[in-house]
Amino acid sequence: MSSKEIIASRAAEALTPYSIINLGIGIPTLVANYLDKEKYYLHTENGMLGVTSVDEEDIDPLIVNAGKQPVGEGVGASYFDSASSFAMIRGGHVDAAILGALQVDEEGHVANWSVPGKDIIGVGGAMDLLVGAKKIIITTNHTAKDGSSKLVPQCEYPVTSNRIVDMVITEHAVFQWSEEKYELIEVMSGSSISEIEEKTAFSFKVHPSLLQKEG
Amino acid sequence: MSLTEMTSVDIVKERVKTGDTLMVGGFGLVGSPLTLIEALIEHDVYQLTVISNNVGETGKGLGKLLQQGKLKKAIGSYFTSNREVAGWYNAGKLELELLPQGTLSEAIRAGGAGIGGFYTKTAAGTDLAVGKESKFIDGEEYVLEKALKADVALIRAEKADAKGNLVYYKTARNFNPNMASAASYVIAEVDEIVPDGELSPEEIATPHIYVDAVVKSRYTLTKEGVVERE
Repeated sequence: MSSKEIIASRAAEALTPYSIINLGIGIPTLVANYLDKEKYYLHTENGMLGVTSVDEEDIDPLIVNAGKQPVGEGVGASYFDSASSFAMIRGGHVDAAILGALQVDEEGHVANWSVPGKDIIGVGGAMDLLVGAKKIIITTNHTAKDGSSKLVPQCEYPVTSNRIVDMVITEHAVFQWSEEKYELIEVMSGSSISEIEEKTAFSFKVHPSLLQKEG
Repeated sequence: MSLTEMTSVDIVKERVKTGDTLMVGGFGLVGSPLTLIEALIEHDVYQLTVISNNVGETGKGLGKLLQQGKLKKAIGSYFTSNREVAGWYNAGKLELELLPQGTLSEAIRAGGAGIGGFYTKTAAGTDLAVGKESKFIDGEEYVLEKALKADVALIRAEKADAKGNLVYYKTARNFNPNMASAASYVIAEVDEIVPDGELSPEEIATPHIYVDAVVKSRYTLTKEGVVERE
């Protein structure tokens, strides 16, 4: 598996069966590949509940997800207008949102919508999902292309919300927010606490059970 | 208006004037009123303010209007899908108002429902709330957002009946029903016009109360891209 697939499959394990899930663009989209479509209800903010994957020959150009990729219509699916779709999101009816990140910081804030100086002037549904979904899971590579950590003391990019992100999953580690700090709760296969410490720029706690294991 | 006009695409030229604010439905090209936008491209109007999730794509849909220099301002949530937007903005030739997608859709809904504005948690504490009034309600911070309205809405539906009731198709619905409620004059482009009584009253998503004119579509989005109907 590629690191993206490793992250996506781990994120799938973090979801509760029979819950309503919204998947962002990038790694989050891959999470769908690891979910039993009978047991998870995928919501997309452009107005559909019951998203599934679709085979090439069955593509309907007028059924797309928020990334404008073609998707399938599951049994029991429904369609609704944009205002209703975001009422579901802000109103707390979506159980979990899995989103990508430019950076996540020590205070639990995520930056995932804007890079100053770059011609990216779009926010889409990111800010709505951050305030509305009951649980926020960030899936991201641990480091940026230049090797710098994406897990930083304070976001340099504009934050998407003041909301604290519940969980951060990378190819090396799983962090969970725990009383004012992230706690490392899992070391991904092939990684180690010392490697995670080296690649992580924010300070974090280590769950006692992991220390025992490595000790 | 209760009597909906079944008319030709010329209605766009009759109704859209220089300086108007327009709402244009669609999420990318899905559910986008391609035929009505084509009429705008051929119509000499300028200084338009466009409320739409995106400014089409580069040179396509609303992106073509941008290239023609017809847009004064764009209000939307995701301009990244048209890379030219930033260039026009940086050159001072286009004003932009970026709103979170949920705020954009709710502002349109509110505009059509007689609500002047609303408080939302979305964007509180971020760069997109700068300069906006905020308020703590039950200990949580909310941002005041104003409703949006337009002179003309250009929308797309799958079918209309002779009265102008509309039904939509799959995710091509998106902003269209919301925009149908929030403009002084609403033109709906549809793939099919059916006689009264053929649409089940239960399935009508936009009742004809909102619709002023219906035009048969000439362009549709297929697997192979946008095609002109024969």
